[in-house]
Amino acid sequence: MADTTAFELVTPARVMISRDAGMVVAPGVEGLFGVLPRHAPLISTLQRGVVEVYDNGQVTDRIMVDGGIADVAEDRCTILAERAEKLDAGNQAAVEAQLQAAKDNGQDSVVDFLEAVLVALKA
Amino acid sequence: MANLKDLKNRIKSVKSTQKITSAMKMVAAAKLRRAQENAEQARPYSSRMSAMIASLAAKADASSAPLLLVGNGKSDNHLLVVVSADRGLCGGFNGGIIRSTRRHVLKLQAEGKTVRLLMVGRKATDALKREFSDLFVETLENIQGTAVQFSDADMISQRVQSLIDAGEVDTCSIVFNKFVSAITQEVTFRSLVPAEIDDAGEAEVVEGAIAPNEYEPDENAVLSDLLPRALTTQIYASILESSASELAARMTAMDNATRNAGDLIDRLTMEYNRTRQAAITTELIEIISGAEAL
Repeated sequence: MADTTAFELVTPARVMISRDAGMVVAPGVEGLFGVLPRHAPLISTLQRGVVEVYDNGQVTDRIMVDGGIADVAEDRCTILAERAEKLDAGNQAAVEAQLQAAKDNGQDSVVDFLEAVLVALKA
Repeated sequence: MANLKDLKNRIKSVKSTQKITSAMKMVAAAKLRRAQENAEQARPYSSRMSAMIASLAAKADASSAPLLLVGNGKSDNHLLVVVSADRGLCGGFNGGIIRSTRRHVLKLQAEGKTVRLLMVGRKATDALKREFSDLFVETLENIQGTAVQFSDADMISQRVQSLIDAGEVDTCSIVFNKFVSAITQEVTFRSLVPAEIDDAGEAEVVEGAIAPNEYEPDENAVLSDLLPRALTTQIYASILESSASELAARMTAMDNATRNAGDLIDRLTMEYNRTRQAAITTELIEIISGAEAL
């Protein structure tokens, strides 16, 4: 069996990430959990937090999700999240633009999430 | 005999109409591609969601299952979410929705059930206002087009959930135009509460049976977290489908209009030329007979 997990992060708007990963750490409601290949099948709800994708022991992607569901099987890990933003410096301008748009439309829950993303980006 | 100036004006006005319809067709075609992409990109999310629901629903026992999954066993009060367009000029798109809604409401009422309507889109709202305005729970506009927001679907979903929780409605379904292809859209009813589990999901259940899942925190908690999301997702997917259908319908309608305008112009031009020639002939005859009379 391959020593990677087929990781997918899907939002209603698009499939955000779909690739093989060494390990995925997800913010479950009962605490962070790591998903390595051959993980026992698990369905867990997620809370707001950061999903970290590891390759060869290094973090290669960090994505902030606003709650969601993780579906883990032996060879794959699928995360469904209503809102998700990549945490990398290149994304900051885009997040700020979305934040402004959300504020203009009075979408409080979106504003709340995007502000948390910005805080995490600056940290 | 129609006079030349009238014909000329007529041709001019048909030509400008044709320009408008062909521009609208172009715009609809361009937007359609975007809307179709959006609808396609939303599909993985909803298909995975329904697969998960299906595998959970198979395990949940009916007595303790959440209301959203199985309903409350009654079907006296029905909520119908009607998705139509905000704008017209799209052929039978709105007409189809309005007709089916009316028929469905009358049928349910004849069965002695109470029906409530949650209207999305201005066209159906306007058309059904006179007959059914006392059934309207809420009317929403301006949430369609190329940029359908998930938060709008969320808002509708929360509204539906609050009605269900309050026991004001027992069952809920949504009616929208399903996007089949660029030239076909079909009016589709889908049950939201109780949840409709599609065939693709059932195939997944069999797979799931081989690998028993663990649930964190536990099955019921996961299920009750998942169901509102699934409801929202279904509403979102329906609105996306409807938006794509609307643009496709408009594209086809405007294409036909452009072609009809072309035919009309051809006919009018023929008549114009005929009239012009007749006038010239008459003038010539007048001149010749005038000259002969000398």
